[in-house]
Amino acid sequence: MSSPESIGQAPAAPRSVSALGLPPPMRRDHQGLWVIRGSMSSRRYWCLAAIGLALPLVGWFALARFGTVNPVFLPGPAAVARSAIHWLTRGNLLDDTRISIYRVVAGWALSALIALPLGLLIGTYRTIQALLEPLTDFIRYMPAAAFIPLVMLWVGIGESAKIAIIFIGTFFQMVLMMAEDVRRVPMAQIEAAQTMGATRAEILEKVILPSAKPALLDTLRITMGWAWTYLVVAELVAANTGLGYAILKAQRFLETERIFCGIIIIGLIGMAMDQIFRLVHRLAFPWLQTRT
Amino acid sequence: MQAISCRKVCKVFGPAAKPIVALQNINLDIAEGEFVTLVGASGCGKSTLLRALAGLESHSSGEIYASGAPVTGPGIDRAMVFQHYSLFPWLDVLDNIKFTRQIAAHIRERTSAEVEMASGRAQALLQVMGLTDAAHAYPNQLSGGMQQRVAIARALMGRPRILLMDEPFGALDAQTREVMHDLILHVSQLERCTVVFVTHDVEEAIYLGHRVVLMAPRPGRIECEYPVPLPELRAQHMKYTPAFLELKSRIIGQIRATSGIKTDSELLEKLARRSA
Repeated sequence: MSSPESIGQAPAAPRSVSALGLPPPMRRDHQGLWVIRGSMSSRRYWCLAAIGLALPLVGWFALARFGTVNPVFLPGPAAVARSAIHWLTRGNLLDDTRISIYRVVAGWALSALIALPLGLLIGTYRTIQALLEPLTDFIRYMPAAAFIPLVMLWVGIGESAKIAIIFIGTFFQMVLMMAEDVRRVPMAQIEAAQTMGATRAEILEKVILPSAKPALLDTLRITMGWAWTYLVVAELVAANTGLGYAILKAQRFLETERIFCGIIIIGLIGMAMDQIFRLVHRLAFPWLQTRT
Repeated sequence: MQAISCRKVCKVFGPAAKPIVALQNINLDIAEGEFVTLVGASGCGKSTLLRALAGLESHSSGEIYASGAPVTGPGIDRAMVFQHYSLFPWLDVLDNIKFTRQIAAHIRERTSAEVEMASGRAQALLQVMGLTDAAHAYPNQLSGGMQQRVAIARALMGRPRILLMDEPFGALDAQTREVMHDLILHVSQLERCTVVFVTHDVEEAIYLGHRVVLMAPRPGRIECEYPVPLPELRAQHMKYTPAFLELKSRIIGQIRATSGIKTDSELLEKLARRSA
């Protein structure tokens, strides 16, 4: 059997340009700084990222040092760093961090646990979509903070109350995003499985779920960020530990540097978690980055 | 026994007040082992008919039989190859081809000896399709032509008696398509399966088919059929024989006559006259 398309290797590119005595087309064309959707070496990318992160820091330094801003409104980086060390050595920064991470991750994980099967069903069956999606759309516009009195009434003021607030803030958005991820599975993949005799359960398990997995993991990553934004709200509820609580307490005593400190720590934890998600994404789905 | 037979098949959709007739009174018999190509202008219902044969789409009235049994949904006797995006990107080539072995409907009817044979069959299909070196590549890494080879191998894995192909080479470049033509002819003879092949490319339809069924739009219907006067074993040079070219121009003429192309060419003439 003839097979001119040699396997695994592309045919050699025509060399008409060099035949005319012209230099080969520049591959670097695509690497300029202002090319729309251009490519970039990872070194340059991280250099720019470092500049992006360092510039506000430098600006902050300059403003605190040479500006005429009252340190109560804007404490300098040095003061914030001192406050962090104080919090770490004299206070209970580690405990606060640990309990906050626990609350956020528990609320987020609980909503993921329920949102995943629901999202799969909403995205797969029109009947369930009709039953649940308008309802979810309605609830998700309700501010999580407004549920605090109800949560206190229903779940009390213990640890579960804080988790419940984070759950309420995250869950409804998460369900809708997951349903959308599932709906984006190409119909041709589903129909191909149908023509191979797959049952509905088999299609859900062997086609829709694996096909939607990368998008679902992205949704988990994004909603983890949202869960963190509800931390301060959650720790409004009769808390006496946690980063959010510490920020609220510092507000009461006008300890601006402690507020800065708490906000920055939350940002750092979020950024670290985001990077972990990205790493897992890269490792779990090698078939996504194989186009070379 | 006929591999496929359609009796007065109709499909109507849209609002009851202004229904769209996608298929009107389709009568079609396809013998076992036959290679039938469906051509026609866009909107003639050729893909709808194929999807109805696959059981992916319901019909409003009439009957469709596949291997003697009425079609009520997809079945493992009828495999389908889609135009694109149907491969499972998270599985490598070999696992894509072996996908049917994960499906209970296929395992149920097999003895253990047959299951053992199945792993040999996956290897054999890899070889026939020229995919041996790509067995552990992901679909993303393959060219469009290679991806369609995988799709065909995957469809054949379950030993279907009928292979339904919906413009499978429509997105490929002309050279790759020619290779795929000879490949699918070779494989369909090897597997002795019945093939129903939808295309908008008349040359492709003649080169592949024992019989070309021409469909026409508004309402979607079978306009006429053409037996292909070429020997069973096809070769590329036959595309330049008078018999081939004559049939091609007849079919193209018929498609023009039944589609909206005529009014378009009148419009072009009018525009040309105005600018002159």
